[in-house]
Amino acid sequence: MTDDSTPELRPLLFAHAQDADLTKIDAYERAGGYASLRKALTSDREELLEQFLASGLRGRGGAGFPMGRKASFLPKPDQTTKPIYLAVNADESEPGTFKDREIMFRLPHALIEGVLIASYAIGAEIAFIYLRGEYLREYEIVRDALDQARARGLVGANVLGSGYSVDIVLHRGAGAYICGEETGLLESLEGKRGQPRSKPPFPAISGLYAAPTLINNVETLATLPAIIAMGGEEYAAIGTESSTGTRVFSLSGNVARGGNYELELGTTLRTLIYDIGGGIPNGRRLKAVIPGGSSVPVLDASEIDTTLDFDEMAKAGSMLGSGAVIVIDDRACMVQLGLRVAQFYQHESCGKCTPCREGTRWMVQLLEKLEVGEASQGELDLLLDVCDRILGKCLCPLGDAAAMPIASYVAKFRDEYQRHIEEGGCPFGGESSLEGVMAPVAQHHRDQRSAIEVPA
Amino acid sequence: MSDLYDEIRDVAAQYPVRRSAVLPALRLAQDHYGWLPPQAFRDVAEALELTPAYCQSVASFYDMFHLEPVGRCLIEVCTNISCALVGAQAVLEQFENELGITAGQTTADGEFTLRTVECAGGCGWGTVVAIDHRYREHVKADDVGGILSELRGAEPVGVGRGPGVSEDGAVGDGAA
Repeated sequence: MTDDSTPELRPLLFAHAQDADLTKIDAYERAGGYASLRKALTSDREELLEQFLASGLRGRGGAGFPMGRKASFLPKPDQTTKPIYLAVNADESEPGTFKDREIMFRLPHALIEGVLIASYAIGAEIAFIYLRGEYLREYEIVRDALDQARARGLVGANVLGSGYSVDIVLHRGAGAYICGEETGLLESLEGKRGQPRSKPPFPAISGLYAAPTLINNVETLATLPAIIAMGGEEYAAIGTESSTGTRVFSLSGNVARGGNYELELGTTLRTLIYDIGGGIPNGRRLKAVIPGGSSVPVLDASEIDTTLDFDEMAKAGSMLGSGAVIVIDDRACMVQLGLRVAQFYQHESCGKCTPCREGTRWMVQLLEKLEVGEASQGELDLLLDVCDRILGKCLCPLGDAAAMPIASYVAKFRDEYQRHIEEGGCPFGGESSLEGVMAPVAQHHRDQRSAIEVPA
Repeated sequence: MSDLYDEIRDVAAQYPVRRSAVLPALRLAQDHYGWLPPQAFRDVAEALELTPAYCQSVASFYDMFHLEPVGRCLIEVCTNISCALVGAQAVLEQFENELGITAGQTTADGEFTLRTVECAGGCGWGTVVAIDHRYREHVKADDVGGILSELRGAEPVGVGRGPGVSEDGAVGDGAA
């Protein structure tokens, strides 16, 4: 199903999505949908877990942990007295990432089929889809698709007469980035503030309601029907040895054709940005690329021959993360970029552990001073010191996600940071593409200040 | 018992543990009152057999719950980096100018609340503006006047294209 004009695309999840409205169950079944579920239901559970392992499928949410191994950590249904749960992480909110959203609004049945296959493989009795609260249209589409699937006997008691019963509960979040962290998600699903838990115990042993729980991302699960259809080994032949299969990359920022593109892993960033994305518009020059969502270290323009592969990206000093590629042209001030990213993490820090709660606030204050030219050399050093005091010292990955990118902006664009100190202000003189961007956390603080102002 | 109580009890029945229904229950209460006044926490607490203070402590964690009254229409502009790189601040400022308020405020007639939000998840199709959680994508500052006329009840002008529509009009871009 490769489009002639863009031979680099490799649609697997989206194989039939161009020709039909796959939100309708009839169209999905005509395109071969739910055949993998039927196949799975006649297979042995162990056999399915082996297929997941053989596929080499790595989690598509950000961490890249092998899906089959994660599933194998759960006790078997006959080894536990507790119910087993599947929690679907549909709380996509990593800045730059919008692929799970497109999977849900175009391929809701692929998600549901994947959820059913995974649920059957681990013996789950309920699967909860934790769906980002802001995604209203996607909620409606997945809800309607679930209704269609229930009406066909695919969800509920005795799925397709197999004797296996599973319910799927659609649970909407309410606006908190941290609920995309797996234990924050579980807390939120239990009706609490979404503050991450310390691990161990890991969710595979003690997850939702202290019962064994498998947590997987939308794209990871939506890939399972294809894996079961073609077989794990055949799937593993796509992509590279350590990064198998295809992935849906979210391309955004200063690029001509932003959007989600499904590519074979191992494609270069250059191909994605230039051949598929149409390059940098308005005759501007490429300055930097964030290859895996705002949490990962930045790459500069000289590094775009790096391939989209978990290990190659790690060798380049960054991460493939959520597959969100953000393209930045030469109009952007890297101090302003750092400030905006730090503001995001300050806003989203859950406040549970000190390095993250306090560190993100310090990062924002130091970057604000740098941007207006009031920071000393010592304060730039202090910024890096704060990053260092966050890295590896937090309960959950949010702290690292805040510190890693900021430290990388300073390392890769040191001259620009120095110039803010030496020239006593922003060298872009108000012409940066990120000039004056209002972040929610800044808006909130301003409102609080005005609320306590004492009238003269 | 009220309809709200029954609705919350129905939702709670989906979960093995009733407390899991706090978020959906707060959402139902917010739909009922328009925001979350003290009475909303009492209602949710009663239906779920929790305390009002507990329900409020959960609500205050999440950005989508309004602990103060908001306008009839909620306009949210994403200013995270992907949207910011393609002009989100200009879009925000155009809304501020046309509405005569700054981000975070509500118009005097109670019609519109304007605020910035973190990444809305439409990054390749920025700037994303959510109007009562319905996304408009590819919004430019020039589109703002038309969007507001539409919201004020004038003829719909169809500005800001729907989700998944790329620059050249192809649906869903790449994935195929």
